[in-house]
Amino acid sequence: MVAEHAPPAPLDDAGLARRRRGRNIAMLVILLGLVVLFYAIAMVKMAHHGHAG
Amino acid sequence: MMDQIAAGVLAGRGGDSSSPLALSDRTILDQSSAGDWLALLKPRVVTLVVFTGLVGLLVAPGHLHPVLAVTAVLCIAVAAGASGAINMWYDRDIDALMRRTARRPIPAGRIAPGQALGFGLTLAVGSVLVMGLATNAVAGGLLAVSILFYVFVYTVWLKRRTPQNIVIGGAAGAFPPLIGWAAVTGDVGLLPLLMFAIIFMWTPPHFWSLSLWAHGDYARAGVPMLPVVAGARSTRRHVMVYTLLLAPLAVLPWALHLTGPVYGLAALALGGGFIAGAWRVLRDRQDAAGASQSRDAPARALFRYSLLYLFTLFAALAVDRFAG
Repeated sequence: MVAEHAPPAPLDDAGLARRRRGRNIAMLVILLGLVVLFYAIAMVKMAHHGHAG
Repeated sequence: MMDQIAAGVLAGRGGDSSSPLALSDRTILDQSSAGDWLALLKPRVVTLVVFTGLVGLLVAPGHLHPVLAVTAVLCIAVAAGASGAINMWYDRDIDALMRRTARRPIPAGRIAPGQALGFGLTLAVGSVLVMGLATNAVAGGLLAVSILFYVFVYTVWLKRRTPQNIVIGGAAGAFPPLIGWAAVTGDVGLLPLLMFAIIFMWTPPHFWSLSLWAHGDYARAGVPMLPVVAGARSTRRHVMVYTLLLAPLAVLPWALHLTGPVYGLAALALGGGFIAGAWRVLRDRQDAAGASQSRDAPARALFRYSLLYLFTLFAALAVDRFAG
């Protein structure tokens, strides 16, 4: 598959690796954040339903 | 440099995909930084959206658990960012032509359009689902409507067709207080409707003061912003008219006893400042064709003031709620 872009400025291998590492760390933070968020939402909802029941 | 970028993007859209200039999506993904993906979410715009949504949530009667309140605000932020990403995907051709937007990740070739669209759609669907599950269906539904309005009504339908694009399209940015309120109450009341109306009426003078000095960009891209279509003189009159409508509208929540004096006084003072700024825009030194001879200094000042206006006005609303 070929995309439809002008080429960005070329990066060397170290630059590419640095960017990939940055994206991976960001993804890790987001995923961990979502785990915590969904856990917290579940706890609050369960507590609420517990009181209602 | 900008011309080269623009030519590359435009050539790519209808051109030869086997061009040696063309890069695979995979290669482009390798070149993108986490900051590029963040830039797709238009973080500066999101700041204002989040703040107005937060105020809607704070002034609503009732109680929402702090975890759910944080989740609701997060969903509003992510949905606004998703709308921005989808907007950047759709507008990538004209973004490449405008100096202000040519360095965005897609026209600059750091993120592929398909990747940006997938990113935006995923965040949009995710934010609506989480909002609906964490708070209620009304808030989730309103969030979905705000995304759909921004993408289809503003971006796809109005932006390239009419100088009224930001008048009607401005409604998309006015939804957050309604959503914040609905997250707490499960319905929509008069106060959040007035907050919606204030942002709706604030958007035209805010954007038109920007477009008064950025109209060269819009003209180059063929976007029919008011200064491009009707000229600077007519735009200045429009700024004045909408400001004269906005100022009393902003006082209405106080006049209807929905807020206290902190907000009322803030609305009066800030409205007076807005009218004074719009008056200076109207009376700006200009040549026979209406072009500013002060490098649009009053319009630039009004644009900055309009941001301060909305932040301060809504902050006063929140302060008033807790002071009262």
